[in-house]
Amino acid sequence: MKQAKLGSWIAIIVGSLYFIVPLIGTFEFSMRMRRGEYSFAAYRVVFADPNFQATFAYSTVMALATIVIGVVLVVPTSYWIQLRLQKLRPLVEFITLMPLVIPAIVIVFGYLRLYNSSSILPLTASARSTDLLLAFSYVTLALPYMYRAVDTGMRAIDVRTLTEAAENLGAGLPTVLFRVILPNVRVAILSGAFLTFATVIGEFTMASLLNRPAFGPYLQLIGANRAYEPSALAVIAFVVTWACMGLINVVGRGKQIKATP
Amino acid sequence: MTFLDLSDVRKNYGSQTVVHKFDLDVERGEFISFLGPSGCGKTTTLRMVAGFETPTAGAIRIDGKDITRLRPNQRNVGMVFQSYALFPNMTVAGNVAFGLKIAKKPAAEIAARVEEMLKLIKLPHLGARFPYQLSGGQQQRVALARALAISPQVLLLDEPLSALDAKIRVSLREEIRSLQRALGITTIYVTHDQEEALSMSDRIVVMNEGRVEQIGTPFEIYNNPKTRFVASFVGTLNILKGTIVDPAVGRIVIDGQEVMTSKPVTHAKAGEACTVALRPEAATLYQSEMQEAATSSFAKDSEPRNRMQGTIEEVSFLGSVVRVRVRFDEHAISLDTFNNPSATPPARGSQVTVAFARDDLLMLEGAAA
Repeated sequence: MKQAKLGSWIAIIVGSLYFIVPLIGTFEFSMRMRRGEYSFAAYRVVFADPNFQATFAYSTVMALATIVIGVVLVVPTSYWIQLRLQKLRPLVEFITLMPLVIPAIVIVFGYLRLYNSSSILPLTASARSTDLLLAFSYVTLALPYMYRAVDTGMRAIDVRTLTEAAENLGAGLPTVLFRVILPNVRVAILSGAFLTFATVIGEFTMASLLNRPAFGPYLQLIGANRAYEPSALAVIAFVVTWACMGLINVVGRGKQIKATP
Repeated sequence: MTFLDLSDVRKNYGSQTVVHKFDLDVERGEFISFLGPSGCGKTTTLRMVAGFETPTAGAIRIDGKDITRLRPNQRNVGMVFQSYALFPNMTVAGNVAFGLKIAKKPAAEIAARVEEMLKLIKLPHLGARFPYQLSGGQQQRVALARALAISPQVLLLDEPLSALDAKIRVSLREEIRSLQRALGITTIYVTHDQEEALSMSDRIVVMNEGRVEQIGTPFEIYNNPKTRFVASFVGTLNILKGTIVDPAVGRIVIDGQEVMTSKPVTHAKAGEACTVALRPEAATLYQSEMQEAATSSFAKDSEPRNRMQGTIEEVSFLGSVVRVRVRFDEHAISLDTFNNPSATPPARGSQVTVAFARDDLLMLEGAAA
């Protein structure tokens, strides 16, 4: 019994070191911009760079747009599948998993062929329409995470009975969705939203090939030309991602405590 | 006057018919139970009244108005679900107020109605709690209050007590019945529990394989089952197969022993097979001729009783009751005797006489096979 416990601890420690040591190394390197001392100079340079602010703001806006479009697309789909179209579940799950199987570069080349400036729907003809195309690309990319998170939430509640109970009390479909279903899958939607944010904020391939000023291409550009700043940016990207994960945990734990009688 | 009327209602799923030609007239304020085993179509019929299923044919009317094609939110029918279906994101008061808010009632009216409903279910102090903070019984009472708050024309209850433990079930069914009586609300109650149906209902609709087997008062259903299914499903029943000897006087032979029914057999001829039923509580067990003579002298009526000789095969002590299985030849019957601490319990293998009134031998129609 004790040996098994020791084995578990060793596995945890080795696993943690595998992830933490490179991070500590990156963080330590990012602090060595000034010779002979540790400082946050690299971070100051990064934060002062107008391109950082612009690209980070751009990616944040894109992530928020992706979340909104994703929620509007996924929540009713998942709800309807749970309520009426259970038979379609395997097909929808297959479709939502495809972005994990098909490389982003293949998807974006497909978009470029379909929506180039000489096509019927020339979404790449202007910057704004390309932004729209990029947001839709991100929705596709984040679909596996958003759908799974929302679907898990929907499965955790008895969607059909709750819908019927609300309808029986006089509620129409919009009321059922907004006052009964959505509040009960709020945590699942937030989880999907944070995962989407974490995915979109550092995405490179789609933004780069669609030539949009996003944070991912900026990271690549800095990484190719500077020494210490890329490490600082990597740490910042990690912090943002981890903050998202932390928020998922905080929101999820809040719900768990509430559910305990 | 009929308040709720289901006429020739049918429901098909593809080629499968799950409810066949369902006809029922319910009086205002009546408490009707749909009783039957799982898959007999009772919940589907209830859901058609609620509007969650659309009948393939037939019509449903409430107070003369055809509601067959109305959406569930347009019917003003309250429903209590087996799984409570309380909204987890709302408090008890929020749940009860939900339907009233949808109906856009004034806030003061909603508050007063919620308070009234919570008092009615004897949970006036729990309005601020969330469903997860309540026991199963409390949750179901809140579900009942929520359904009643909108003053529905008809109250539908879909096996509301089946998720609760036995004691709560008994107390809650009494509460539901007294509330129903107090409010005078027309109610349909779905259950597979015969005790619930018998103890609560004005009338019972016994269903099997999508068909109505019998509609009647609990007394009629229990004492005069029309079909073998009703006889076997409602209460414990001994089913015996015999041969008709003289249909005019109701004489039949079971395992070589002659017994009589109280009425002539009209649906079969001499020599044909028949099926009869006998309730365990209708039969009396005599362990000796002396005991029989002594007991018979106190019998309130002098009508001749059927007597069959058999051997005790099994004795089950159930507390206040001792259930004894007596074998004749091919057939065995179970009968209940009261536990008597001062008497010797019946012994397995002993020869006994089983006596029962002719009235208690029920001839089952169309159940000869």
